Amino acid sequence: MAALKVGVKAPDFELDGSTGKTKLSELLKENEYVILAFFPASFSPVCTNELNLFQEVSGEFEKLSARVVGVSVDGKWVQQAFARQNNLEFPVLADFHPKGAVAENFGVMRSDGVSERALFIIDSGGVVRYSYVSEIGKNPGADRLLEALEKMKAPV
Amino acid sequence: MTAEEAHRLKRPVSGEDWSRGPADAVTLVEYLDFQCPVCQAAYPVIENVLESLAFRVRFVVRHFPVASIHPQAERAALAAEAAGRQERFWEMHRRLFEAKGHLEEDDLLRYAEEIGLDLDRFKRDMADEPLRAKIREQKMLGIRSGVNGTPTLYINGLRYDGLVNETDLSGAILAEPTEGRG
Repeated sequence: MAALKVGVKAPDFELDGSTGKTKLSELLKENEYVILAFFPASFSPVCTNELNLFQEVSGEFEKLSARVVGVSVDGKWVQQAFARQNNLEFPVLADFHPKGAVAENFGVMRSDGVSERALFIIDSGGVVRYSYVSEIGKNPGADRLLEALEKMKAPV
Repeated sequence: MTAEEAHRLKRPVSGEDWSRGPADAVTLVEYLDFQCPVCQAAYPVIENVLESLAFRVRFVVRHFPVASIHPQAERAALAAEAAGRQERFWEMHRRLFEAKGHLEEDDLLRYAEEIGLDLDRFKRDMADEPLRAKIREQKMLGIRSGVNGTPTLYINGLRYDGLVNETDLSGAILAEPTEGRG
């Protein structure tokens, strides 16, 4: 199954994680946009780098009414330790049981047991507005997200 | 890499930047964090490349302190900028990397003294809001330019995703036409 495309409705989910239970539909009530950042594994070097970057940019995301959420198949205790070690203030969610079910629903679960490194922007109506699957070993950066958010917010 | 995947500097190198080497040479830009171990490891590699390719390369440094994991990185960047106000940016740049992570406030003051700065002025500049704003702005422009960690290098304005060793980096610089476009 391919990654969810722009324009489709994102399946709602609730996952436990570094900041407790988090439900997508609840996040969407509080934020105009939610950035879902799927990453293969906590503590692996590239991911740490990617999520540190998102932490650094979170103020800019906020200015664009967006909140970032990380998701991997690791368990919630791993996510707590990972978030603490890297001072990640945003939720890092555990797509742990059934393993990878949310990644599966977004079309980004891999056959090797981890998710793709993928980015989705979901608007307050629950619709996917941006979808990107990075090379598994590459940090996708934040510039593409900022650009996408600015385009969405620009008056038509 | 396709054209849309290529990452370019959003702001070209200008007189506002700290640079070493001839203006008409190939321009190497580094976004760095003085507390980043990978930047510390890259420091001698880059210095050796600059030395061996003198006259062929201009080196520019911009700040990218990753504050969430490197709590001293912003102060260290500020120390370099404050030293720059006394025309000693590059001396401080070297001192901060040679410090290999010893970047407490006392360390910064000691380095300032060692490189012969006016300490009163240094302390004043370390508290200067425009200097802090300059560092924050560089970082935001870095993010916009595709910096996703440190160090990130650009050769003539285009992000260099190769290995940071002397052979590969020198090769990439020598492969460029020599008019600076960075």
